[in-house]
Amino acid sequence: MNDTLGQTPSQTVGPYFAYGLTPQQYGYPLKEIAGGCLADDAAEGERIRIEGRVFDGTGKPVPDAMIEIWQADAQGRYAHPADPRGSNTGFRGFGRFGTGTDPDNRFVFDTVKPGAIGDGQAPHVNVVVFMRGLLVHAFTRLYFSDEAAANAADPVLATVPEDRRRTLIAARHDGSTGVVYRFDIHMQGDDETVFFDA
Amino acid sequence: MTEVTGYGPRDWGSHPPYIHPEYKSTPLRGPTKPLIPLKATLSELTGPVYGHESVGRLDADLTKNGARNGEPLGERIVVTGRVLDERGRPVPDTLIEVWQANAAGRYVHVIDQHAAPLDPNFFGGGRCVTDSEGRYRFYTVKPGAYPWGNHHNAWRPNHIHFSLFGPSYLTRLVTQMYFPGDPLLDLDPILLGTPEKARDRLVAKFSLDVTEPEFALGYVFDIVLRGTIMTPMEG
Repeated sequence: MNDTLGQTPSQTVGPYFAYGLTPQQYGYPLKEIAGGCLADDAAEGERIRIEGRVFDGTGKPVPDAMIEIWQADAQGRYAHPADPRGSNTGFRGFGRFGTGTDPDNRFVFDTVKPGAIGDGQAPHVNVVVFMRGLLVHAFTRLYFSDEAAANAADPVLATVPEDRRRTLIAARHDGSTGVVYRFDIHMQGDDETVFFDA
Repeated sequence: MTEVTGYGPRDWGSHPPYIHPEYKSTPLRGPTKPLIPLKATLSELTGPVYGHESVGRLDADLTKNGARNGEPLGERIVVTGRVLDERGRPVPDTLIEVWQANAAGRYVHVIDQHAAPLDPNFFGGGRCVTDSEGRYRFYTVKPGAYPWGNHHNAWRPNHIHFSLFGPSYLTRLVTQMYFPGDPLLDLDPILLGTPEKARDRLVAKFSLDVTEPEFALGYVFDIVLRGTIMTPMEG
């Protein structure tokens, strides 16, 4: 089509995104639109924590990455007009966290476990990775280790080579402080996380 | 009746590659395995919704939102433009977040140790929302260039960082706006990592029409996000 405009190119988020995008997490005086806590007291569903690190090609944790997550609520509904069912009150489903404030460079999200959205996909969280040195953001997905049957039937996981699917499965740990899913993101190497051309 | 069934693909001919060796952080941080194609589902056709309620009173005026006891130093500017999709349709009510260095080329961020002064009256972060025609507008000061350690005598051109959501998860965009006539544009590995045909889209245009007499120089920066694919609905 000749009448189309060219897409504005992506550029790296750079090392100094924090005071613009995650200001409260880093202690800057600007209200942030979203942080690591997605679920307020009113949110329905199983409380979970998602945590992990981002590793570069040398296996070092990245201290200046920003992770965004987008997910359905516990009933599998998105807070967006394209989902006519709508999300339950108080659950917006979006979180953002920079890896620069945790001593181990973790990202940490306190949220609820999403329900299946009803189209055959297993419950999942949509994940976007940004960092200095990444010129285009990378899309990936987080699936849950305790959803083996649903994962086995998931049409998106089915498109991923079998030996790489494990990179998308977060491991559940039931600890004294609650449920934690560990989800490390490897940018490169044998364990390179599957990224999608979404 | 039609419904949105997808968005046009990321146009890899317009975006930089993951690995651009001249930008030395990329070879160890960009994915190396081929991306797996993902056909849009409800997860991708939805996305974070942030609108006017997420913008504070001074958020679109960076000359005021960090002021303590006066005006920030530097050349006051107004930056405006339209957010459009690939077919030229406006993207209304979408959040734009911006952050930038001060006029001396120094970021507020604690890890920026460049020996240029902080400005007590400039913070450098702000946001605004597009109107019903996709227009946005914010005031700030022109950011300074600053050195970075990529290679000997490496300087980033003057730039403002932009972050946009657009209508879905797939229209997310983080980019940088550059200034016309900057001699550093031809030397910057980050900009030069962008395909040549698309680089100009990242350079704002000076506009005397937008310039406000006795007050601020005007720059226009239009932003194009991925467009929707519409499919007739059944029945």
